[in-house]
Amino acid sequence: MLSTRHFISLKNTPKEDLMLLIETGFSFREVLDRPIKKVPTLSGKNILNLFFENSTRTRMSFELAEKRLSADVSNFSASSSSLNKGETFRDTVQNIQAMKVDCIVMRHPSPGSSLQITKFVDSIVINAGDGCHEHPTQAMLDVMSLYERFKTFKDLKVAIIGDILHSRVALSNIYALTTLGVEVTLCGPPHLIPVGIEELGVHINYNIDEVLDWADAVNILRIQRERMGIGLIPSIREYREIFGVTKQRVENLKKELVIMHPGPINRGVELDGNVADSENSIILDQVLNGVAMRMSILYHLLSEGDAIK
Amino acid sequence: MIKGDKILKGKWLLTGGKIYDPFKEKYLKGNILIDNGKFERLTTNKSPGGDINTLDCSNKFITHPFIDLHAHFREPGRENKETLESGCLSALYGGYTTVCLMPNTNPPIDTPELIKFIMDKTSDYPISVLPIGAITNAQSGKELTEIGLMVKEGAVAISDDGIPVEDSRIMRYALEYSKMFGIPVINHAEDVFLRSGATMHESVESTKLGLLGSPHITESIMVSRDLMINEYVNSKIHVPHVSSKESVEIIRRYKKSHNTVSAEVTPHHIYFNDSSLSSFNSNLKVAPPIRSEEHRKSLISGLKDGTIDCIATDHATHNIEEKENNFVHASCGMIGLETAFSGSYTTLNREKFSIEKIISLFTSGPCRVMNIQKEFLTKGNSAEIVVIDLEKEWRVSKDDFKSKSSNSGFIDESLNSRVIYTISGKDCFINDTK
Repeated sequence: MLSTRHFISLKNTPKEDLMLLIETGFSFREVLDRPIKKVPTLSGKNILNLFFENSTRTRMSFELAEKRLSADVSNFSASSSSLNKGETFRDTVQNIQAMKVDCIVMRHPSPGSSLQITKFVDSIVINAGDGCHEHPTQAMLDVMSLYERFKTFKDLKVAIIGDILHSRVALSNIYALTTLGVEVTLCGPPHLIPVGIEELGVHINYNIDEVLDWADAVNILRIQRERMGIGLIPSIREYREIFGVTKQRVENLKKELVIMHPGPINRGVELDGNVADSENSIILDQVLNGVAMRMSILYHLLSEGDAIK
Repeated sequence: MIKGDKILKGKWLLTGGKIYDPFKEKYLKGNILIDNGKFERLTTNKSPGGDINTLDCSNKFITHPFIDLHAHFREPGRENKETLESGCLSALYGGYTTVCLMPNTNPPIDTPELIKFIMDKTSDYPISVLPIGAITNAQSGKELTEIGLMVKEGAVAISDDGIPVEDSRIMRYALEYSKMFGIPVINHAEDVFLRSGATMHESVESTKLGLLGSPHITESIMVSRDLMINEYVNSKIHVPHVSSKESVEIIRRYKKSHNTVSAEVTPHHIYFNDSSLSSFNSNLKVAPPIRSEEHRKSLISGLKDGTIDCIATDHATHNIEEKENNFVHASCGMIGLETAFSGSYTTLNREKFSIEKIISLFTSGPCRVMNIQKEFLTKGNSAEIVVIDLEKEWRVSKDDFKSKSSNSGFIDESLNSRVIYTISGKDCFINDTK
């Protein structure tokens, strides 16, 4: 049993919850390797994927996870919604609630919106990304992928590289990793590392070469050009020069370095293509684990039974 | 028409209680006798004969009602949020009999005609409403308003309210020109470029919430500029809702050599800190933002040593839809008139402020800033009295408010002390204190 009813934030999620989700995640990984990748666990449950912001992989990953658990799935996207007609957020959500859904998976551009809808609806709510705040299911698939690779979290060193300020992946990762005892270093342009973040128990280092040398694994964030105000990054070539995880840099290391990226990758900007495709890259494992982890989360939040058949 | 819960017709005697005159800074002995809404005399006799009604005030604190320098009533333009009448009622139940109104209505109060509209409309209210005119036409920051004509109609200060005067040249002219009227200029101190897109104070708390933060220097940069200009032209400036440590320090420095600088702080900036926003409570989304504990402590030290002259509410109504929006898009501001005294008392009593000092921040302090002349208990004058229960503990409920809006960050907080009666002439406003 998880200690929460909703899945909004990893801020105070106990280690036991994280480990339980990872363990169940691996059970579902086995299901995904079967010829028929479907279990009846959530048969009869209604799940709504409520996306107020564009998303391809997160929405697809959730949809696949839901379908493989035999849930009934509906999708809502902001472009086709009445939000443009002046309806309030509360009304939109309560209308959906009136249609009796068991679970809402929500992506929204505003921080705190997932927590906010728990006050308006009875459904179980899963945060699929709330602005620059959190993306807890992404962080869970990241820690699952790390665990798959290293078999332990003990003495593990992970660096998160890039635009931390505008990233929802970073904060959820920091919460999960520090709870699991992993040492974390953040690396990126100083003005894209938010104020006071070291109080969350992480190191900050602006020198990419030192950071790559220190880390066992690096989680490289996408440079989100659409989120940036003018002038935050002088140029792509300068960013690549100072913070890019390039082939050259990785080859200079005297050790193996595990490469992670939440996607989509800007090849040749934050990460060189051949590093992304290298043996030490677990980027595609992250994608597969994403489906398994979301099955695990849905199962623990929604299932009344306890068997994975 | 505003009417009290009880009309004090004929003779009324307020029996018991401690009576304090905040203007003469002394305690008075006796029971207050009112005759048809006018103060008659203090008497030691608890029943001085004739047909006299009594109002039991034993164990209560009796003083002059409060003066607010910073309220937003939404008339004209947004009467669904607050009208002059509902705002005044909210003030009266909060213990106020004088309120200064900010000009950010729709249209903004930027002409003598609009000042007159407010004066005329409130002339028979049992509360004194003092409008503040805009500095520039349509609060655009470009051309000065008819300041002299607005003052003639009753404006007590000028301010573009929530919109900072960015252009230093306009700020200079506003300060220099208004010198001849003896009124203060009030400028919302925020560097809008530095604040751009921010919705709360920048600190580890904004980082934890994934919200873009506004650094504290956003305010102090502007305060610093404004006080420099004010010193250069030797005018009179009032800094509204001070929120940061650096601003307090700058004001403290200037006050040592200039008596032309004054400042206010809101109850919410001294009561809450930014960790109170951890559940995205949009009622705590205000401008300037509620800052971290070190800033809160510094505001309290500013009140203690007189750097900050008074407490002002920044009472800003918004309807539920505007506040129920997600945090980023929710409107800025909270109501404050009905919780101002209790919220401030709760904080300042804990900080060992004397009751006399706390009362001064609501009475003599704001009067000094705005040059308002008040006297307490003068024979033949309309009775203006507030009765406070300092022992009362109450939990704020959203159903408590007389304001048209209930966007208060104090909802569900347990506060110490409560205004029980506000008497203005024959009207007595009574808070239900079951």
